[in-house]
Amino acid sequence: MEDKKGAGIVPDDKIDLRGVLCPINFVQTKLKLEEMEMNQILEVILDDGDPMRNVPRSVKEEGHKIIKVEKLPDSSYKLLIRKEAE
Amino acid sequence: MADEESATMEGLKSTLRKESRKLHLDFNELKSGGFIKQTQKNLFTVRLRCPGGKVTSERMKKAAEIAEKYGNGEVHISVRQSIEVPYVHYQHFDEIAASLREIDWSVASCGPRVRVPTACAGCTYNPNGITDTQGMCAEVDKRYFGTPTGHHKFKVSFSGCPIDCFRTREMDLGFQGVLEPMLIEELCNGCELCVKGCEEGALIMDGDIPVRDWDKCIYCGDCVKVCPVDSMVSKRIGWLARAGGKHGKHPYFSYEIANFLTDEQVFSLIEKTVVWYRDNAVGRERIGGAIERLGLDKYMDEVVVPLGLEAVRDPKDRMKYYAKGNYYGR
Repeated sequence: MEDKKGAGIVPDDKIDLRGVLCPINFVQTKLKLEEMEMNQILEVILDDGDPMRNVPRSVKEEGHKIIKVEKLPDSSYKLLIRKEAE
Repeated sequence: MADEESATMEGLKSTLRKESRKLHLDFNELKSGGFIKQTQKNLFTVRLRCPGGKVTSERMKKAAEIAEKYGNGEVHISVRQSIEVPYVHYQHFDEIAASLREIDWSVASCGPRVRVPTACAGCTYNPNGITDTQGMCAEVDKRYFGTPTGHHKFKVSFSGCPIDCFRTREMDLGFQGVLEPMLIEELCNGCELCVKGCEEGALIMDGDIPVRDWDKCIYCGDCVKVCPVDSMVSKRIGWLARAGGKHGKHPYFSYEIANFLTDEQVFSLIEKTVVWYRDNAVGRERIGGAIERLGLDKYMDEVVVPLGLEAVRDPKDRMKYYAKGNYYGR
């Protein structure tokens, strides 16, 4: 079983969505996940505020799993998402 | 529901049957009363019955057919989600009623009656939806549509979540979906997404665990919907009931009166409230007027308490649902 905090996981792909507004940030996340294989890990960087309020929930609704949330020094957030749905 | 109330509800419906016989129209047509006089002599707007704004393609075709044949080829969407066909001559009422009957449809209501209920999409396809607004709306329409109140109109609406697109605060009785969240601490990984997702500021982190301020939580369920490890879960869902709202020349914002009603309790509350309204209102006042005149406590004691509902009585418990300085809960 993986670490409860998801530490030590290396992402398969990355997308930096700082400065990208809702819902474009979610659409870009979705497109990226579509290109990836099942169970691969995507790292997403999101601004605080609306993006953090909306994108994680939409990712969950799509059937994927958020395995790590980490606050960055510039107050944005780094999320690790495991692709769990086609 | 007690027998006494059923008898009174039946009493109201029998008045309606007499009313329709007097006017030589079919009971089911008239119970509606959905023919609305226009400025133009002899012309009426025919309001079609569209509970929850849900209209099948078969019914849309019928509305178009009626508009072309008897109206001016246009329809108008009423503020309560019903399709209306304007510019219809009253001589065609019977033909239109017969034509609607062919596909098991009918005109809607106007006058001092329980109106066609309105509703959002609810949980069926809206991601914010908590409760089945369309299902309840259809059932309420089936059970109570057209019931005469003896005073004025009586409007019911359903919103599936606290965003309240269907303005339950402006209804004689409004029902809004609510979800009571619960944290399973052992499963929580302290990711804080629920804190980020809560627009009410009801959650803060205490170490690795989110802690809730129930005086701020409005039961929207956003924390449950975002939780990636399913540690924030739904303990129960139900309906927040509001009574006494109206719009018009002198609008009222309703009062939150009871929380977490089951579907069955919604039906009981509608029945008991309509009977209370008939017995307590004066002239053409709406139930909000009766509540203002007689005091909310009387309504609470005579309707909400006997039904054993989870009453909202303390004005402080209403404050969190309103913008500061603009609420009835002061």
